[in-house]
Amino acid sequence: MITYALIFAIGCYALALLFNLYRVVKAPGVTDRVLALDTMAVNAIALLVLFGIWEGTAIFFEASILYAMTGFVATVAYAKFLLRGDIIE
Amino acid sequence: MELFWEIVISALLVIGGFFGLVGSFGLVKLPDPMTRLHAPTKAATLGVGATLIASMVWFGVYKDDLTLHELMITIFIFLTAPISAHFIAKANIFRDWKQDQLPPPAGNGNWAVHEVESDTSAEELQEAEVSQKS
Amino acid sequence: MIRKILPHPHLTLLLTLVWLLLANAYTINSLVFGLLMGLVIPWITAPYWPDRPIIRNLPKIIEYILIVFYDILVSNIVVARIVLFLPNSKLQPAWVTVPLDLHEPEAITVLAGTITMTPGTLTAEVSADGHSLLVHCLHAPDPDGVRDDIKARYEARLKEIFE
Repeated sequence: MITYALIFAIGCYALALLFNLYRVVKAPGVTDRVLALDTMAVNAIALLVLFGIWEGTAIFFEASILYAMTGFVATVAYAKFLLRGDIIE
Repeated sequence: MELFWEIVISALLVIGGFFGLVGSFGLVKLPDPMTRLHAPTKAATLGVGATLIASMVWFGVYKDDLTLHELMITIFIFLTAPISAHFIAKANIFRDWKQDQLPPPAGNGNWAVHEVESDTSAEELQEAEVSQKS
Repeated sequence: MIRKILPHPHLTLLLTLVWLLLANAYTINSLVFGLLMGLVIPWITAPYWPDRPIIRNLPKIIEYILIVFYDILVSNIVVARIVLFLPNSKLQPAWVTVPLDLHEPEAITVLAGTITMTPGTLTAEVSADGHSLLVHCLHAPDPDGVRDDIKARYEARLKEIFE
């Protein structure tokens, strides 16, 4: 039963990443692209964790912690760049 | 007992996948940039949280290796989601919204985006309060 | 003297705990290293955070956290229903101004984060003098009700915790 649930969840997140990718490629404004990239980072964390369950190793946690941190900093840097035209003043 | 944990983990995985998908679908479906901000910050956060907790329970039950790593990632995402949403909203207001399209703030002054040099910090808040009282 | 060495005792405790969880080894080694980080980091960052927030009323804090968690669950279901079943033409987004009674910057930050995580609302901006928040609602037929709800449900409780 867990295998089917796992396959369902991985399928959902793969589809979600495709939606995000569509939004990155075809967006009306630049803030939408930033938002789509932020959501992409969050979804990638979920995919990493699901793959960790699939493989049965705990080795992907470090990767997902790093992904969470860099994803957040990247979003803040994009937003700061849009606001001020500069990241470190 | 085995069956019980199996049902719990499967339910958490299905809920997580569903909400993650709904969050990203909202990103495509909703009509304008401010409403689009709502779907990923809420639905995606709960989806990822449920997935991470499913992983924590799975490692606790099947590997006898109960760690709190996933809980830390969950808390981190829950703490940072409002902050990145606030930053994106601020950038969006700065680019697309004129001052007279927004409702005015209570009291005097303006929204921080429309002030030239505004970094709302503790000292400045105190100064503003003192100058208001005097 | 103690204030100089320990500018933020709560932060020291939190950093030590986070280090222990990250290292995932509950030994005396990692405890000592975590304490070292917990002492050095608040000391280095003290100039950026001069005031020490006063927090009392622990039962109220726990009550607040439980309420917010419940609201996060409800908010996700509400937003998912709006995304899936409400056609775009019937959507009524609205801007709401929330005047603030809170004064501490930390309390305002917590309130802004709470508003973002709860049903259909999102904090977009704070006014330059820090006396009101600009909130965007995803679907609000009654904007004034949203404002009153935020003030009664969250702000009153935060006022009891921080002031």
